[in-house]
Amino acid sequence: MAEEVTLLDFWASPFGMRCRVALAEKGVNYEYKEENLRDKSPLLLQMNPVHKKIPVMIHNGKPVCESLNIVQYIDENWKDKSPLLPSDPYQRSQARFWADFVDKKAYEMGTKVWKTKGEEQELAKKDFIESLKLLEGELGDKPYFGGEAFGYVDVTLIPFYSWFYAYETCGNFSIEAACPKLISWGKRCMEKESVSKSLPDPKKIYEFILQLKKVFGIE
Amino acid sequence: MAGEFVLLTLPESPFGMRVKVALAEKGIEYEEKVENLFDKSPLLLQMNPVHKKIPVLIHNGTPICESLIIVQYIDEISKDKSPLLPSDPYQCAHDRFWGDFVDKKIHPTGRRLCANIGEEQEAGKKELIEGLKAMEGELGDKPYFNGETFGFVDLSFVPFYPWFHTYESIGNFSIEAEFPKLVAWGKRCMEKESVSKSLADPHKILDFVMGRRKKMGF
Repeated sequence: MAEEVTLLDFWASPFGMRCRVALAEKGVNYEYKEENLRDKSPLLLQMNPVHKKIPVMIHNGKPVCESLNIVQYIDENWKDKSPLLPSDPYQRSQARFWADFVDKKAYEMGTKVWKTKGEEQELAKKDFIESLKLLEGELGDKPYFGGEAFGYVDVTLIPFYSWFYAYETCGNFSIEAACPKLISWGKRCMEKESVSKSLPDPKKIYEFILQLKKVFGIE
Repeated sequence: MAGEFVLLTLPESPFGMRVKVALAEKGIEYEEKVENLFDKSPLLLQMNPVHKKIPVLIHNGTPICESLIIVQYIDEISKDKSPLLPSDPYQCAHDRFWGDFVDKKIHPTGRRLCANIGEEQEAGKKELIEGLKAMEGELGDKPYFNGETFGFVDLSFVPFYPWFHTYESIGNFSIEAEFPKLVAWGKRCMEKESVSKSLADPHKILDFVMGRRKKMGF
């Protein structure tokens, strides 16, 4: 049966980028549909009535929502190529833990960095770097979080690499200075076509953030 | 199931209760260690240095953290008995979505209701009611979220059933009146031994929350 895959997405969304990377890793052809988040399409509202958010992956007419859920689904459905999650239950639990950590800490802290200023921003920067350092500790000397091969945690975190320039510029700090191993990891991942084709230009992300700051009234 | 299991938890914690139900479903024996969240044990801090939170399942000395991750781990190490997640990837994604929904829309909204007064509390109550409405919609006319049998979504949500009494008392509304199907589902789940022996007493939960509210000056 011909597989029909559509991805409802927004170019700057790190959550959408995860799905793009996972689909590329598995060599799955799909239709990309860019959503206007201020004017959501009837299709998006129909396919994700609960949260009304992107990304949504539609596979043969059936929607899958929430990025980490989508990535796991992609991994389970297209098993033969590039396994993302390990097969050992304990290793799987660890991969899920760190992916969850990225969502709970790294993303939230990063958002605070560009959304705040003054003392609040200084605190956000400190928390953000702390969360990145924990991730760097988890990476250790491995080429990827997944070990020798690019895996689930790598897919989860790599989209934020395209946001680093925006965080650094808004916060006036260097992520490389604090977390050099993480930057090396990011560059290593970017050598993979599945990643480089899925992530936008960091300068464009920064321009996008500047626009958002205007909308939110943040100087 | 071979091996030594220790669960660091708090009886009132819905996240801890999830793990208890999963262990009971699989017939896995374990040692329960109750934590004092105002005086966390060295063991908890060592086993969950990142979040310093319960529940933590320690299997042969190795920790697993985050309740739904622990539940999936328990399911994967004992696949032969009472499977919690379906084998079909789409059904699995569906179940994970609703487990995640409980975490995003039931727990924090209930917490907002219980830990505040005035406008903040009203906002929490309104959001909680929206969340419960969505859950009741998802349940539909099925006996369980999983259909004919108890499954992952049931397990993810059922620990909030004994919290209904607390939400109702503090929020001054009736969950049974507004969501009779959810209450019927809760009662149905409580007929299962794995659930009834794992869930905390609703009155004890209310006492616990009222104690916390008093400390906050409410």
